[in-house]
Amino acid sequence: MTVGKDVSALFPDVVNCMQTDNLELKKLVYLYLMNYAKSQPDMAIMAVNTFVKDCEDPNPLIRALAVRTMGCIRVDKITEYLCEPLRKCLKDEDPYVRKTAAVCVAKLHDINAQLVEDQGFLDTLKDLISDSNPMVVANAVAALSEIAESHPSSNLLDLNPQSINKLLTALNECTEWGQIFILDCLANYMPKDDREAQSICERVTPRLSHANSAVVLSAVKVLMKFMEMLSKDLDYYGTLLKKLAPPLVTLLSAEPELQYVALRNINLIVQKRPEILKHEMKVFFVKYNDPIYVKLEKLDIMIRLASQANIAQVLAELKEYATEVDVDFVRKAVRAIGRCAIKVEQSAERCVSTLLDLIQTKVNYVVQEAIVVIKDIFRKYPNKYESVIATLCENLDSLDEPEARAAMIWIVGEYAERIDNADELLESFLEGFHDESTQVQLQLLTAIVKLFLKKPTETQELVQQVLSLATQDSDNPDLRDRGYIYWRLLSTDPVAAKEVVLAEKPLISEETDLIEPTLLDELICYIGTLASVYHKPPSAFVEGSRGVVHKSLPPRTGSSESAESPDTAPSGVQAPEQPAVIPTQGDLLGDLLNLDLGPPVSGPPMATSSVQMGAVDLLGGGLDSLMGGGGGFAAPSAAAPATLGAPLSSGLGDLFDLTGGVGTLSGSYVAPKTVWLPAMKAKGLEISGTFSRQVGSISMDLVLTNKALQVMSDFAIQFNRNSFGLAPAAPLQVHAPLAPNQSVEISLPLNTVGSVMKMDPLNNLQVAVKNNIDVFYFSTLYPLHILFVEDGKMERQMFLATWKDIPNENEAQFQIKDCSLNADAVSSKLQGSNIFTIAKRNVEGQDMLYQSLKLTNGIWVLAELRIQPSNPSFTLSLKCRAPEVAPYVFQAYETVLKN
Amino acid sequence: MLNGLHPKMIHSLFLINCSGDIFLEKHWKSVVSQSVCDYFFEAQEKAVDVENVPPVISTPHHYLISIYRDKIFFVSVIQTEVPPLFVIEFLHRVADTFQDYFGECSETAVKDNVVIVYELLEEMLDNGFPLATESNILKELIKPPTILRSVVNSITGSSNVGDTLPTGQLSNIPWRRAGVKYTNNEAYFDVIEEIDAIIDKSGSTVFAEIQGVIDSCIKLSGMPDLSLSFMNPRLLDDVSFHPCIRFKRWESERVLSFIPPDGNFRLISYRVSSQNLVAIPVYVKHMISFKENSSSGRFDVTIGPKQNMGKTVEGVVMTVHMPKAVLNMNLSSTQGNYTFDPVTKVLTWDVGKITPQKLPNLKGAVNLQSGAPKPEENPSLNIQFKIQQLAISGLKVNRLDMYGEKYKPFKGVKYITKAGKFQVRT
Repeated sequence: MTVGKDVSALFPDVVNCMQTDNLELKKLVYLYLMNYAKSQPDMAIMAVNTFVKDCEDPNPLIRALAVRTMGCIRVDKITEYLCEPLRKCLKDEDPYVRKTAAVCVAKLHDINAQLVEDQGFLDTLKDLISDSNPMVVANAVAALSEIAESHPSSNLLDLNPQSINKLLTALNECTEWGQIFILDCLANYMPKDDREAQSICERVTPRLSHANSAVVLSAVKVLMKFMEMLSKDLDYYGTLLKKLAPPLVTLLSAEPELQYVALRNINLIVQKRPEILKHEMKVFFVKYNDPIYVKLEKLDIMIRLASQANIAQVLAELKEYATEVDVDFVRKAVRAIGRCAIKVEQSAERCVSTLLDLIQTKVNYVVQEAIVVIKDIFRKYPNKYESVIATLCENLDSLDEPEARAAMIWIVGEYAERIDNADELLESFLEGFHDESTQVQLQLLTAIVKLFLKKPTETQELVQQVLSLATQDSDNPDLRDRGYIYWRLLSTDPVAAKEVVLAEKPLISEETDLIEPTLLDELICYIGTLASVYHKPPSAFVEGSRGVVHKSLPPRTGSSESAESPDTAPSGVQAPEQPAVIPTQGDLLGDLLNLDLGPPVSGPPMATSSVQMGAVDLLGGGLDSLMGGGGGFAAPSAAAPATLGAPLSSGLGDLFDLTGGVGTLSGSYVAPKTVWLPAMKAKGLEISGTFSRQVGSISMDLVLTNKALQVMSDFAIQFNRNSFGLAPAAPLQVHAPLAPNQSVEISLPLNTVGSVMKMDPLNNLQVAVKNNIDVFYFSTLYPLHILFVEDGKMERQMFLATWKDIPNENEAQFQIKDCSLNADAVSSKLQGSNIFTIAKRNVEGQDMLYQSLKLTNGIWVLAELRIQPSNPSFTLSLKCRAPEVAPYVFQAYETVLKN
Repeated sequence: MLNGLHPKMIHSLFLINCSGDIFLEKHWKSVVSQSVCDYFFEAQEKAVDVENVPPVISTPHHYLISIYRDKIFFVSVIQTEVPPLFVIEFLHRVADTFQDYFGECSETAVKDNVVIVYELLEEMLDNGFPLATESNILKELIKPPTILRSVVNSITGSSNVGDTLPTGQLSNIPWRRAGVKYTNNEAYFDVIEEIDAIIDKSGSTVFAEIQGVIDSCIKLSGMPDLSLSFMNPRLLDDVSFHPCIRFKRWESERVLSFIPPDGNFRLISYRVSSQNLVAIPVYVKHMISFKENSSSGRFDVTIGPKQNMGKTVEGVVMTVHMPKAVLNMNLSSTQGNYTFDPVTKVLTWDVGKITPQKLPNLKGAVNLQSGAPKPEENPSLNIQFKIQQLAISGLKVNRLDMYGEKYKPFKGVKYITKAGKFQVRT
């Protein structure tokens, strides 16, 4: 502003001018103060007096200006002096001053949060939500939202039907910017039922006709979110759908920058509710002078809206785009034609012929792009369009991009039996093998092996050549490994090789680029924000987002459709922390696991062959080092599941008790299932589970839910070495492939003969689960009482002797709080979980229970439980030769007694 | 506190001209170094064309949200999750305000009025929250520059900063100030419709819609309450309103009822979509071809009127981006002048008025770079035109009534139809 010159030396002189009556001069002095107060904190004190005085000026403009400037002076020493004037201004008779003061609270909070809380400004700010002036309400909401953003846990914007009503009233009367703040705030509210949701929607809809596009998009966000709660049978639901289309289309006639943001959001909206814009395809047609960023987005949405009804139009447009000038755009257009073919089956033929036309143009990048998509079309519709291969082969020489070369090679290998000179074609690629990119090399290797399996007689030499190139002359481990695998397969069992290499391939799924439903739902809650532009949740990219609250769509409350998924926690409530997941580290580890994830080792590990041992060791070692490196990782994982279990179990636990009494024999307490592996971290696979022990056998009860868009199959499970040698006693049996949105319950029997390694915390269990998509890792904590064996009752004499024998330093004492059971009830409850009472004594009015239990690995734990009739706190003393188990035994006591 | 600097909205604003000079910067909180703009310049370089710079750019610590208007980039720096539309709308509002105050939004205008610019920016945003963005309110706070005022100010030493609270600031009608007085009370409405269309090779319409606005110029004393009704309001099913319009009245009676701002403003904007059969007022006959293996081609274009409801099509201008390989064009026109810029490859033909008796035609030879392959792409023709006294959608104002004031205002409605993004593919 000062053309880069530092004029802070003039500070005293400038401050002297502050007392002026000239408003323009005053403004300039204030401007100067904001810029230089920080560099002259001592001098800035001189300004305090004038601020205090100006805050009492008869002219509200000056009062407001003073309070506005005060907040911008980021000098700690001063802030304290400013509290009194600010308090006055917050209660000023003039709304202009009040609204300015509201913003000042946010500024002050930014400088010194503690001060603001201590001074009670937050409460004053909350009171301003009920102010009679809509502008003041809007600013109070804005300030509170900003403060709440840095304190996600504080319940600042505590919304209830009354305050919502006030906000909705203010919404109609405040400025456009205020409307945005209020709408964004409304979007965080959780209506109690569908009727409330509908009434809010009704009052928000007029905002869709606002001239300010940010207001429109914020309104769209509120509606999209609350719509989730409305039953689809409702007339109002249909009306709302119809009302949403025109404003979205109108956004596209605005300036290109606005269009871009709108298009990114529309992209989300058409994925969530395609019905809104299904008749509006034409507005997404590209104009040649649209900026490139708008063109690419429009193209993307066109494909999402493509259907049988409009495919002819879409294809004609795409073909038009493929002759444009901009290379990026042309490529994307060609690719789009391929995606249409895969999406709309009826159009596949037309798409293929369009692609062939484009190949005839001989424009290099068009040809290459077309070949890449034709490969995908072959994978979706095998044995249908192979007649075009001849045309493709004509263009072999012009391909210079790795992706196109790889695609062409794949096609030649896959259809080798129908291409007379397949061997010649592949051989021609082989000449420059070492100069090719890895992608092409791998593809060439596979293609030649396929060719050999199909035409073994004349291609032996070729296959040997490629195998030796891949295994001996290459430094690339992937290529070498693949070469070796093929080589051994071919040399040991050609029949098996044929089955493996020429196996029928799964068809590629319809749309590969859809956003995962769970992420999509979260993003819908962020319509209009940066998250919606980047299609990532804010936690993924916003710097300093301290504990960003995960938002989720509200569950539908309509009576018939109450099938809410467990992860739709009410918005605004912090979603429970997920158990820590071992990061997917490198594919090598995954590959190792892949090899070893077959049936789990049953029987003592000694018996397994040395090769397998090696693999297990590698696996263990790999995980160890992983866990060792991430010391910070283990800590949260210890706390999370435990805290998570507690609140959840209260309701469900009761239910469990009822059924438990009837259904199971000597079942110990089973905690309700919690989510161990959220779908977002495992490409759509959600795993929740719990541990149980029944009649001597331990099992892990799992629910696998498929939240992805493709079918999942080939499940397998493996545990890392752990403190008590827990291991699966049988393979993970999922009988049928898991279709999208389906879930399956499995009880996996466990034994305790696996490899042992001490974990921290002791009851930490690291699990790897594999399916056809990938390998996923998570860790969970198991309650120790599943390890309490049935023959854990010690002889009285033995007990006394052992108690004396164990040194006193091994004794640990704990308090079990808030337990209202009497001694007998305690005793019988614990017995259910294999904690046996050996003796009971009454000493001076208190009951002493002497108990024993034994762990699966033979460790005995002796306990003395002191119960005072009037005191809900029990004292538990534990003695054990391995004292490190004591805290976990105590946890088990607590869990069992309190459920 | 590491994260202490946590401004909610716009942190800083940089104004950058086309040659990449930062000629103005404004920080609403701490100063962000100009070097943050390097990320913007990088993107600008990558985009080749100025129009193609992406509006949202992420950098390691900030986000840059920018608009491009009147050869100026308005680049805002933000640090946290904000609604980008909010920022973009605000930036456009800043540009509008400059336009409003200085008559043009240009580098020279900003540099000449740098003090006012800073005063305006300070008034428009506080701590990242928009403060006063209505032109009416701003003009009461900060007087626009006029030659007379600057002369008077320099003599009397008075300033151009108002010292009273703008009256509209807090009333329920923030867009209007109190105590407006005119000797001639007038209310003018311009119904302006733009046709956006894509016409394919064969002349059939791929896509067409009408973007309409009603711009108003209202100079009425006091607090007039106006009602504007239409002959055929059902045409308007997709409308955006100025905040002054009472939405309930529109919903129930299809009447625009409002207390207007003072001066010029956009009352409504609306869209008539392709379903309602948009009439296309001109047709184009074209023959553009490039010969294989010879460095020449032919160009022949005729423009004619069609469905214009008996009105004259005027102000016709055709612009064509010719393929890169085109070196020069040797054309002759039966009407109007043409220019071809061999650097940008843009052909512009200023046709003027179309008379149906003698259709304008432009034809001749195209010289291509010798040796270059025949251009693959077919250039699109961009057509501009104007039709006075016609709203192509058929929208007609029925009557304007005024309540609340006693005088009789002078009223007027003007219609005009223009080409918006009107493209003919060849």
